Amino acid sequence: MIQLKYDPLNIVVCGIGGQGNVLAAEVVGSAMIDRGCRVAVGETYGASQRGGSVMSHVRVSLQDDPSVLIPSGEAHIIIGFEPLETLRIARKYAGADTVAVYDPRPVYPLGVLQGVQTYPDLDALQEEIRSLTTLALAVPAADIAMEAGDSRAANIALLGAFSQVPGAPLSREDLEKILARRFKGPVLELNQKAFAMGCGAAGKGGAQ
Amino acid sequence: MTANAPGTAALMQGNEAIVRGAVEAGIHFAASYPGSPSSQILGMLGKIARERNFYAEWSTNEVCAIQACMGASFAGARALCVVKQNGLLCTADALHCGAQQGVKGGLVVVTSDDPSAHSSTNEFDSRWQAQSASVALLEPTTMQEAKDMIPYAFELSERVGQIVIVRLTTRVCHGRGCVTLGELPEENRPLERVREWDRMVCVSYMHGPMLEKLEALRGAFNESPYNHYSGPEGARDLIVAGGTGRLYAQEAVKRLGVQDRVGLLSLGALWPLPEDYILKHLRAAERVLILEEVDPFLEQGLEALAGRERLSLTFLGRDHGALPKIGELDPDNVEKAISVLTGAPLPEKRLPEGAGKTPLPVRELTFCAGCPHRATFYLLKKALRQEKNPGIVVGDIGCYFMAGQSAGQYGYQACNCMGSGVSMAEGLGQLTHYGLDQKVVTICGDSTFFHTIMPGIVNAVYQSANMLLIVLDNSATAMTGFQPHPGTGLTAMGDRARPMDIQKILEAIGCEVEVADPFETVQAEKTLRRMLARRGMNVLIMRQPCATLKTKERKGKKPRVWVDQSRCIGEGCGCDKHCSRVWGCPGNTWDFSTGKAQIDPVTCVGCGVCAKLCPAGAIQVEGGEEA
Repeated sequence: MIQLKYDPLNIVVCGIGGQGNVLAAEVVGSAMIDRGCRVAVGETYGASQRGGSVMSHVRVSLQDDPSVLIPSGEAHIIIGFEPLETLRIARKYAGADTVAVYDPRPVYPLGVLQGVQTYPDLDALQEEIRSLTTLALAVPAADIAMEAGDSRAANIALLGAFSQVPGAPLSREDLEKILARRFKGPVLELNQKAFAMGCGAAGKGGAQ
Repeated sequence: MTANAPGTAALMQGNEAIVRGAVEAGIHFAASYPGSPSSQILGMLGKIARERNFYAEWSTNEVCAIQACMGASFAGARALCVVKQNGLLCTADALHCGAQQGVKGGLVVVTSDDPSAHSSTNEFDSRWQAQSASVALLEPTTMQEAKDMIPYAFELSERVGQIVIVRLTTRVCHGRGCVTLGELPEENRPLERVREWDRMVCVSYMHGPMLEKLEALRGAFNESPYNHYSGPEGARDLIVAGGTGRLYAQEAVKRLGVQDRVGLLSLGALWPLPEDYILKHLRAAERVLILEEVDPFLEQGLEALAGRERLSLTFLGRDHGALPKIGELDPDNVEKAISVLTGAPLPEKRLPEGAGKTPLPVRELTFCAGCPHRATFYLLKKALRQEKNPGIVVGDIGCYFMAGQSAGQYGYQACNCMGSGVSMAEGLGQLTHYGLDQKVVTICGDSTFFHTIMPGIVNAVYQSANMLLIVLDNSATAMTGFQPHPGTGLTAMGDRARPMDIQKILEAIGCEVEVADPFETVQAEKTLRRMLARRGMNVLIMRQPCATLKTKERKGKKPRVWVDQSRCIGEGCGCDKHCSRVWGCPGNTWDFSTGKAQIDPVTCVGCGVCAKLCPAGAIQVEGGEEA
């Protein structure tokens, strides 16, 4: 039987519309159900694929059905596909014991490109993520996915890294099982490759 | 979704749970027009309709959908109509007259409200429509309830011969939770022939029977399994929750440590108000906190009820300041409200030293990389700026709604609901005969064209308005997830149909029509200018498939777009960062270290339009195979 460090265990998956946020959350949720947990997932994706901030809350319990939203300050794990979005979520949801796994590659909001807003200094931004969390792991998931063959697999690469975090609630095998069920053919191969590379990247000490 | 495996648990989205509930209820008929957050429901029903021997359609609009369901109900069919909040308002006449007419086979309307307007232009509370039309309304909190309430709603509908509404909210539609499956019917109940003397007609004397049906359900709701109470008997602090608030409250009372002294009354069968059941708990209470999405519907109902019974209670809720008047409930605002109710202190949440100081840029919504709408609005703004005054543009509902912000160069000045554009433009276009000295332009998408624009076009042509309608024909209902519409040649059940030709329809109505490709920027701009100069009702069809649709269907490699750094003059160019700042595609980014343009290879879809606009000719497009 799976042991949960916290009950409910709260995971936030965040990024920008089009980065495969919803799918990543669904994969994590399904793997948790496989392990015999009760799961609730809340998705905020009104802006999906249109460049807006997107987040999913995955909540896992061995006792009862949690609500689909995490209270502020109560996230235990943050999986972020973009550094600014990771910080935005960490400021609101990180608490006493929060681990973040995130891609440090910035994606500039339109307002920044148009010169009406400023993107924070990347080093300071990452430093703040570290200050808000007990462990922050920066993994270049989009680069890994491009190397694996398609940038769209960045979400799966980051899930690979997530499975290697100390105390991760899911193992590499748990997630691989879901991938094999969820995808087939060349897409499965691509995702498996990106996933394995993600696992490897986390092992290489992306931890900061 | 169609596995006959009663007792099995599955992780289901709320929308999926509705589909499963419909299958367990043995529906014969389903009709919908897409609208977030419930768009997925009919898409999924269409895919399994044949297997389960029912009919499912994407109707041209919500009025068609609900009236089709009423027709089906007349032949004894169980019919499910799915709409979003705004769609329910579109059906208002049909809903009110239909309620006075009554139904034969069960008719359930699933409506999805979008608190905080995550994927809508506005927040709306569908419960007022149930009250106004004198029909019953149920609201689930969990995915399990969402599934179970559909067969229950059909049973209620057939028990009294009346429409029943099931209200969902975004957190139910787009949330996922564990659902235990129920049994599937062996086969659907046979249809009934409509007899010569059968009548289902809305006439004034049916007003009384309509009210009697509603009263009959009030009795049933006093006993409904979806209304329940937890907590100590006779609690003086009472929370009344309809919908999502219940789960937030359950967790918050534990966090605040007040579970031993707060009662939680959950109402799932909530209109007509189960007055006797509610009063039983109100009589013991002193303070009452109401948790509900959007408007103080229950709050006002319960306050009136308490007043009628001369109970002296303190109410807290959206009307009384404990909760914000607008926006959705969440664990934080619910916890705060319970703290106000009980006096229990809120747990302290503090950011570490130094954190949270730098302001973070917001991410404005924008058109996807390679979206044809960006090109259309770019050209429109350019052409209108060079007129003697910048003209008037009125918008409509679809992805292009975003054109009102920086995504579309602040491309229109007014927009309210679907169909608003063409008729507002007709009004303005009439005033050009009375001295209004401006070009009048409106825009609509292809799905919206069929939904509500066509009557407006007939009106504009017949009344000789001076205006230009731009139809953004991207072959998709893109905003809600690519549902088929009459122009696509596909149906919800995956059959082929003869696609309706927008151009021929427009010509038959009597419009002057031209077609342009917004990606052929020079040619499209010329056509646009020519049409702006004409009088009468002119239509320009901007034809270019949706970029997301093209990416989905692409088999070969996408073209590689890159910036030749030796040609890009960067900040010294004088183009004012035309690609990333003015054109504003997310694929066009800026290298702040070198002060030059670059392309984000992840986001760029390879449309190459930016290459045509770069004054230095620095953007290069290479290779790529046609989708």
